[in-house]
Amino acid sequence: MLIANQVSVRLGRRTILLDLSFNALAGQVTAVVGPSGAGKSTLLAALTGDIEYAGTVTLCQRDLAQASVAELAEMRAVLPQATPISFPFTVLEVVRMGRLRRASDDRAASEALSQVGLRGFEGRYYQELSGGEQQRVQLARVLVQVWEPVGPVGPRWLFLDEPVSSLDIGHQLQVMRIIQNFAGAGGGVMMVMHDLNLTAMCADSVILMADGALVHQGTPQETLRDQLLSTAYGCRIAVNRAPNTGVFLLPQVATVLD
Amino acid sequence: MVDNTGGAVRLDGDRSVTARRLSWLLAFLLFASVIAGLATGAAGTSLWQAMADLVNGRSLALRDRVVLWEIRAPRVLMGCLVGAALAVSGAALQGLFRNPLADPGIVGVSAGASLGAVSAIVLGGALAFNAGFAAWLVPISAFIGAWVTTILLYRIATRRGRTSVATMLLAGIALTAMAMSLTGILVYMADDAQLRDFTFWSMGSLAGSNWSKMAVAAPIIVFPLLLTPLLATGLNGLSLGEAAAGHIGIRVQQLKAGAVLIVAASTGAAVAVSGGIGFVGIVVPHLLRLVSGPDHRYLIVNSALLGATLLVSADLISRVIIAPSELPIGIITAVIGAPFFLWILLRQRGVVDL
Repeated sequence: MLIANQVSVRLGRRTILLDLSFNALAGQVTAVVGPSGAGKSTLLAALTGDIEYAGTVTLCQRDLAQASVAELAEMRAVLPQATPISFPFTVLEVVRMGRLRRASDDRAASEALSQVGLRGFEGRYYQELSGGEQQRVQLARVLVQVWEPVGPVGPRWLFLDEPVSSLDIGHQLQVMRIIQNFAGAGGGVMMVMHDLNLTAMCADSVILMADGALVHQGTPQETLRDQLLSTAYGCRIAVNRAPNTGVFLLPQVATVLD
Repeated sequence: MVDNTGGAVRLDGDRSVTARRLSWLLAFLLFASVIAGLATGAAGTSLWQAMADLVNGRSLALRDRVVLWEIRAPRVLMGCLVGAALAVSGAALQGLFRNPLADPGIVGVSAGASLGAVSAIVLGGALAFNAGFAAWLVPISAFIGAWVTTILLYRIATRRGRTSVATMLLAGIALTAMAMSLTGILVYMADDAQLRDFTFWSMGSLAGSNWSKMAVAAPIIVFPLLLTPLLATGLNGLSLGEAAAGHIGIRVQQLKAGAVLIVAASTGAAVAVSGGIGFVGIVVPHLLRLVSGPDHRYLIVNSALLGATLLVSADLISRVIIAPSELPIGIITAVIGAPFFLWILLRQRGVVDL
């Protein structure tokens, strides 16, 4: 279980996060949503130990502030929004970086690449791929790092910062399925999301943030309600209502072709 | 494509075998260039004749012994050490800054080392208590100069774990200008004897190599060279960015401190013994990345081998091209290296504009 207790982050004089407390369970997909500037990415950076914070965060009963980088790397993997690389690494070489300290076995790497739909891309240069392809290569790298969702000391975790924002709808669904399978196998997932429809589709628990504070945490049905969303996003939002005219398209009724 | 030879599955995109084969090829080239360096020279002494004499138990003529053992051998060996040090410090600096344009000569690290070395030459008289200490003073203060410059450069060019290439190159220009102006002030203050020392040193040459210089420089160069492979895995991870490197279990702060120290020690020592020899640090790692990829586990070792080969060969050219006179080796490396740098710049415009 991931437990955040009274987490606050200050940058200079500005308070970015104020007294956030919540739990996230292994075996579930937890999504953080909220308007831009609400502090979602800052929260993720605090949870992955990238920035200083006040309060405590524990992952599998281990206080993050006390854990070494090697211990943390064993427990969780982190997918950033974008990862530019200025050396000509091949896709395989990038994916292998997920398991720096483990045996040199490429089965996980090639299996992860097929999962993200990039089978046959092993020898391509990372720099020559599109933004969406690079993002999926990075997802494969992250998956290789936490290849078994449950490790010897407990569940492993994925921390994802907008994992589908640069992807088209087909790959969004594919990535969401990977994430759900990881949680289904006992791992924990904590992700920042921009798309509310995809969040409603695949999250088990949704944390709504606004202005650096937690507005609500609950199932998608509990959190994604007109009143809460309208206040947080500063516009009138109506859930589950179809427009009278025009075209609309929902990922909920799309499926991945196998 | 999966190549299923010999039971081990090897995937496309795996260049480790190419890189290891390249190591053997480079080792052979280095051996050949060392032999060529020993065999060639203005004096016309024949290495083969000398070897034949040795094998047959005849004693060498005094002149041949001096030429081979006191002039050519330390010079070739020094060329190997300096070339390896410059190439490896280039590879490590590029890994640290996560971009292929960082070169100790271009970003001001060599200028910082020069300032250190000149400070030792000009101000060292007051500090040097005995001759043994004086010999160490120049390389050590060159190392300190390189170290301070590298740290300054990193502080300026990198913010929150991201390096701006433009800032790095511009900061390099500023740091070079600053170090050179301070060097100029010191030269102005120098007396005639110091000026003579300085002039010989600054020409960028391996000509003054001898065994006593070697005894001082070799440990400062060899020790960091041996430690550099320990950084390789970390530098690979660092190419993902500082935060991501931490996430996969790399102790980023230690890695950066180690890389800075190694760059400073090898650049400092190389500059102290040979003056300004530029562009080896950018040409060598870049060529190797084109052939066998940027994996630092192979890149660093291969850089050492190719850097040594390149410098021994360049020194050979500098000795024969206008024999019996000599061209400073720094001119040869710049003639090859500067267009090469422009070529990388043109190919990687996107990287610079990041």
